[in-house]
Amino acid sequence: MSEVLLQIDGNEVRATEGMTILEAAREAGVSIPTLCHHEKLEAHGGCRLCMVEVEERGRSKLVVSCIYPVANDQAVTTRSEQVDRIRKMILELLLAHAPDSETLLELGREYGADKDRFDKQASFCINCGLCVRYCAEVKKADAVGFLDRGTRRDIAFIPEIAARECWQCKECFPLCPTSALQAAYMLVSSLAFPEARHQAPSEC
Amino acid sequence: MDSERVDQIIEEYQCEASALIQILLRIQEEAHWLSRNALERVSERLGVSMTRIMHIATFYKAFSLVPKGRHEVHICVGTACHVRGAERVLDSVEEATGLKPGETDLDLKFSLETVNCVGCCALGPVMQVDKKTYGKLSAGETINVLQSYE
Repeated sequence: MSEVLLQIDGNEVRATEGMTILEAAREAGVSIPTLCHHEKLEAHGGCRLCMVEVEERGRSKLVVSCIYPVANDQAVTTRSEQVDRIRKMILELLLAHAPDSETLLELGREYGADKDRFDKQASFCINCGLCVRYCAEVKKADAVGFLDRGTRRDIAFIPEIAARECWQCKECFPLCPTSALQAAYMLVSSLAFPEARHQAPSEC
Repeated sequence: MDSERVDQIIEEYQCEASALIQILLRIQEEAHWLSRNALERVSERLGVSMTRIMHIATFYKAFSLVPKGRHEVHICVGTACHVRGAERVLDSVEEATGLKPGETDLDLKFSLETVNCVGCCALGPVMQVDKKTYGKLSAGETINVLQSYE
């Protein structure tokens, strides 16, 4: 693996070939906000919040840092007027779906996002896919997945698998940035395996 | 569709998980929908999780998780057909079958859908029944066409 030399926010950073900009930045102590990123999972590039500005060969462009590979002579800017404006817009759109999410509200305060800018369409899920990918890639259980597509895309537990796997696991719960996952699980559990609720202490 | 027929279809594709969509399409074509039993059988035989199958079955419009009629009626309401009177064709089909777009009748004869372009705008207004295309339709002709189906 050869070494790559690039600039992040004006500082020289050494990285290994094949790393993403996000990984290089985090290693160098520069924080980039993310929602759909998780170290144990394949990069997804879904939330677009980690958007940064990259200058290569004299041209500057906006890229999604969690899936964009590092290269020599890149100059990365992690905060600029344009980047901040995009992050603010993404947060405002996501807040229309999950207006009470602490994670989103905190990021919203940092980027000056107005949580009431768009009409509420409270689905509570922002389709980051963390639960779906964690269940498939790490736990290999496939208990939760996506249904439908486009604006109607949603997460859903498959009751038969959830009844078998989820009660002992629930490792995806803390990953969820909006708590929509817990709600989906409670719905499935109450419909699909009501008997399990009596055995467990009321922890939820 | 009984599970033996589902098995037959799966075996035609040598139980290959990569043929999942082809298998689902074949089941959809023959049974006009994907029943829960059929999907569970496919999941079991191919070793593909039910989550993944549901994701695919809900993603593509070609699949239906509720029973569809023997004949699929598609009325084009794209721009060209709309200008050429797709509304009248749609109204007469709705009148003749008693269906709204997206619905299927009780004896599973017709399913009605609107589509946004079938790629032959010069023939507008266009209706497709199963895979046959009928062009330059008047309201009267539309009803005659539907009556020719059993």
